[in-house]
Amino acid sequence: MSVAAERLPAGRRVGTSARAWAAIRRHTLTVFALLALVYLLLPIAIVIAFSFNDPPGRFNFTWNEFTLDNWTRPFGFPGLRDSVVLSLEIAALSSILATALGTLIALALVRYDFRGRASTNLLIFLPMATPEIVMGSSLLTLFLNYSFPLGFTTILLAHVMFNISFVVVTVRARLAGYDRHLEEAAMDLFATPWSTFRRVTFPLIAPGVMAGGLLAFALSVDDFVITYLVSGSEQTFPLFVWGAARVAVPPQINVIGTAIFLVALLLMLANILWQWRRSGRS
Amino acid sequence: MAVEERDAAAARDGAAAAPDIRLENVTKRFDDVTAVDDLSLTIDQGRFFALLGPSGCGKTTTLRMIGGFEEPTSGTILLGDRDVTGLPPYRRDVNTVFQSYALFPHLSIYENVAFGLRRKGVKGDDLKRRVGEALELVDLGDLGRRKPRQLSGGQQQRIALARALVNRPKVLLLDEPLGALDLKLRKQMQLELKGIQNEVGITFVHVTHDQEEAMTMADTIAVMNAGKIEQLGSPADLYERPETAFVAGFLGASNLLPGRLNGEGIVGLDGGGDVRVPASALAGRSGRIAVGIRPEKLRLAAGGAQADGENVLEGVVAERSYIGVSTQYVVETSAGPVTVYAQNAEPGAGQAASPGERVSLAWSPEATFVVDQHEEGTR
Repeated sequence: MSVAAERLPAGRRVGTSARAWAAIRRHTLTVFALLALVYLLLPIAIVIAFSFNDPPGRFNFTWNEFTLDNWTRPFGFPGLRDSVVLSLEIAALSSILATALGTLIALALVRYDFRGRASTNLLIFLPMATPEIVMGSSLLTLFLNYSFPLGFTTILLAHVMFNISFVVVTVRARLAGYDRHLEEAAMDLFATPWSTFRRVTFPLIAPGVMAGGLLAFALSVDDFVITYLVSGSEQTFPLFVWGAARVAVPPQINVIGTAIFLVALLLMLANILWQWRRSGRS
Repeated sequence: MAVEERDAAAARDGAAAAPDIRLENVTKRFDDVTAVDDLSLTIDQGRFFALLGPSGCGKTTTLRMIGGFEEPTSGTILLGDRDVTGLPPYRRDVNTVFQSYALFPHLSIYENVAFGLRRKGVKGDDLKRRVGEALELVDLGDLGRRKPRQLSGGQQQRIALARALVNRPKVLLLDEPLGALDLKLRKQMQLELKGIQNEVGITFVHVTHDQEEAMTMADTIAVMNAGKIEQLGSPADLYERPETAFVAGFLGASNLLPGRLNGEGIVGLDGGGDVRVPASALAGRSGRIAVGIRPEKLRLAAGGAQADGENVLEGVVAERSYIGVSTQYVVETSAGPVTVYAQNAEPGAGQAASPGERVSLAWSPEATFVVDQHEEGTR
């Protein structure tokens, strides 16, 4: 294979280029992983960096000078605050509703056998597999057909709809690992159905429910395509950025985006810490 | 054992022994499968009762109906004097040990055992004392703080038992609780369970497919097949006097020789020859019947030496296997191949007869049982 090996007496020393190849092979995976991370995080890093920029014009595309003003006045652009508030409201409400409904659906699908179980499984899977454009336009058609006014309610309905699937999948995965007789054992030990849920079922699925809820929240804040189609005249934050982008891209957008990223990061770290403490304690 | 438990047991023994469990014409259908078919059963107080049968015979379904986890399609279930047919499990004075133990993974062992007591409002020192006693009963007193996943299978099984017994139920249901244990541990637990049942005096209903397990532990066994009880009795009754071919085959090996009634207490075998059977074994049967003898009841009498009144069958030894404890023979007779287990009680006993030899098989008529022939087939 390598020229170096031929020059050396057979079996005495490994050639230098063979050693080099071995070193490269050892580190290839790490290097590749780092490159992938850079590829994913570079855009975010730029967004964060530009939140400290004082743009020369209305578009925050070229670096001008460092400033903290954007962070002290994060809502200093007309319409920005309302859209952020709306996004957060929709996200909170839709994730709460989707988590409650999705958890119950997951419990039913895992623990019970009923007519329509297979169809329910399929229907739950559908929103995850359907392109957002298709979902959004069909929802729009539905609302228009029933002359339902587009706005807060329609956005909420749409978000709950696609969030349920993700909650179901998350909670179901959690549930599947547990003995199906646990609830029966609780009832055998004099716990009423509510007591069983409170003391046995819920503590066991809680991490899954929380994970599902957080996922739903993130998906809701992030959603553009479906929201764009069913929002009517209301504007969530992504819609606002899109709408304003023709006229201006203020640095405040970067600030809000960075803030969302940091909150998500903190929640993830908190979850990891909590899981680590739970397993450490036993 | 605590003073109160002994007193309670004594009080129960003295009180009018109303049967603890009664099932009356209970049927359970799942869609088009009839799991339990018009089953009626009475279990007396303080018994170790076993429901024995192959997979799918309905024994677990029956147990679950007693526990309240399934509702009968029709029929009544009574616990003591109470009709509990519609009642959910949390309203019955019954506790269950599940096959998978079903210990709560997120609670400590102490909290697992205390669960039922807490639901009933027991607290403080009373609670601590009773949990402690239950853990002592199963020899796991110092494991209170651990979580279930830190325990071995055998320990988990005992905690499941403690968790059920601590509530002092009228009846304890056990759903094949020893299934997941290795052989040695299983045998040990069989004896321990029997001992605990004796000590505590509660009625135990134990579901199993292992006939040896049932015979070791139970006072009374109900052999179930296809949703019905084929026979109910003590281990000895079922083994010595099985009433059907299924029961005969399920509880051990047996030789079934087909024949017809040929006079008062005489059965003429299909291949020739007469066999004397006690009237109690015939139990009014007629028509096509089969005479049954357990292999260990047959005496290999080379040369025709036989006691008066014994039944005799002539044949030729076809196979011989030395097993150590016994020697097993297959003897070809006019009634078909007959298996014989001869205990090697004396040195050299294994050489009693060799393949090809003519032998006489002799046995006492009292050891004969009779079953209906059309139920042929041991499952």
